[in-house]
Amino acid sequence: MKRMINLTPAPPARVFLALLPFVLLVLLYMVSSDARLAENPNDKLLPGLGQIADTIERSAFEPSKRSGQYLFWVDTASSLTRLGLGVLIAATLGLLIGLFTGAMPVLTAGLSPLLTVISLVPPLALLPILFIVFGLGELSKVVLIAVGITPFIARDMQRATQEIPREQLVKAQTLGANTSQIMVRVLLPQVLPRLIDSVRLAMGAGWLFLIASEAVAATDGLGYRIFLVRRYMAMDLILPYVAWITLLAFLFDVLLRSANRRLFKWHQPEAN
Amino acid sequence: MLEANNLWKSFDDTVVLERLNVSVEEGEFITLVGASGCGKSTFLKLLLGTESVSRGQLLLDGSPVVDEPGPDRGIVFQQYSVFPHMTVLDNVVATRGFERPGFSGHLFGRRRRNAREEASAMLKRVGLEHALNKYPHELSGGMRQRLAIAQALLAKPRILLLDEPFGALDPGIRKDMHALVLELWREYKLTVFMVTHDLQEGFYLGTRLWVFDKVRHDPDAPNAYGATITYDLPVGSRDEIIPAIGELSPVAVEPPLAAVASNA
Repeated sequence: MKRMINLTPAPPARVFLALLPFVLLVLLYMVSSDARLAENPNDKLLPGLGQIADTIERSAFEPSKRSGQYLFWVDTASSLTRLGLGVLIAATLGLLIGLFTGAMPVLTAGLSPLLTVISLVPPLALLPILFIVFGLGELSKVVLIAVGITPFIARDMQRATQEIPREQLVKAQTLGANTSQIMVRVLLPQVLPRLIDSVRLAMGAGWLFLIASEAVAATDGLGYRIFLVRRYMAMDLILPYVAWITLLAFLFDVLLRSANRRLFKWHQPEAN
Repeated sequence: MLEANNLWKSFDDTVVLERLNVSVEEGEFITLVGASGCGKSTFLKLLLGTESVSRGQLLLDGSPVVDEPGPDRGIVFQQYSVFPHMTVLDNVVATRGFERPGFSGHLFGRRRRNAREEASAMLKRVGLEHALNKYPHELSGGMRQRLAIAQALLAKPRILLLDEPFGALDPGIRKDMHALVLELWREYKLTVFMVTHDLQEGFYLGTRLWVFDKVRHDPDAPNAYGATITYDLPVGSRDEIIPAIGELSPVAVEPPLAAVASNA
């Protein structure tokens, strides 16, 4: 018998091993749900898969009786708009701050300590301030997401800019380049792949801030809905919403990763 | 053209170069050899402008070398000399873009077409005409250095600085690169400073060989004294040497430092 650290599963076995925990979890859920429902048919904690499917159908494919809207899609659209705007703003700001502070030592000296301190402020503690300043509307939610992840992206971009070999900057100067040319042609294109990676990592925090702000004050959104129906212990709605949020997060990750591969063919970590 | 007058360079307490007096004429090919940490790379950085002189003078045409890299001094490093996110052609076209003042150094219209033609011609000159649309990571080490040289030469520098440019290359490819560098040196009438670890390379390529070494030692304070040029050898016309070198085995060509001393 080989040592455990040397046992590598063959590709088919790998797929099987990857799927196994998911299947086991679903089975465990079904068994526990059946057990509880057998004891009390009105149990709300672990609804059966059939009941969950009914609820999904009602919220996603039938207009709501009160407003005539398809709630599931309305929630999804408004959540994704907030998240998208927040992340877009954070990525733009983070890229600019990181690029400038990474490229110019004067700005590094002036802004780096501030950036470090700001990144230590817990963004959720700022939420009341944001609600006071920006009101309870969309703006404060978008700002929370942006405020929450900009420092992380900015610091990552600063590091990425500083990690570009000094030789390239010297080379560009011996070819006559000025500061803006070096930033636009040498530094910017090389930190873009890192920006996408950075956004991928920041998405988790983005979702956290989105759901937190929706839970506190909103009239629609995925986070709003699950906190709303919590009062009725509507696990048949909460569980599919959580699964849907997870799926969306997964899809964004896949999308960003493939964008990185497609857009930056020159980007080979093992190069040089 | 270039003159060092009692030049010293130190970092904090560490003296790297001391009492350096030397003068260089236009068109010389100078090879710099010496042990690691003997200051030959530091001397190159002084020329390049990324380090500045601590004491004394380093004059280019009578005025101090600018302490910032500029287009009159081209450079090829051992690695990281080319832009990994640009194709081979764009790497060289960028030279033309960077020469002009402007925000981004992009070229348009006729200028762009001209730059692409010039760049293609230069790339053909260094033997990269088949790789115009490749990215640097797809090139071999030798091809990448050819690209770095093409890029530097299109800027028409007077001085070309080579910092161990062939140190990471296989011997066969290194030989081809030697031939290329010598051709380009004559063709563009360059003044070349080349740092190398390879004494044989230093003798073969240069018209003049500098050996950097410490002459003063203080066993209690190894950093108290810096290195200087201990041997400044005219290594003669290459045209006579080339056939001779072809017949010799590499080991026989490489003279030990003691032999260098007796020649001096």
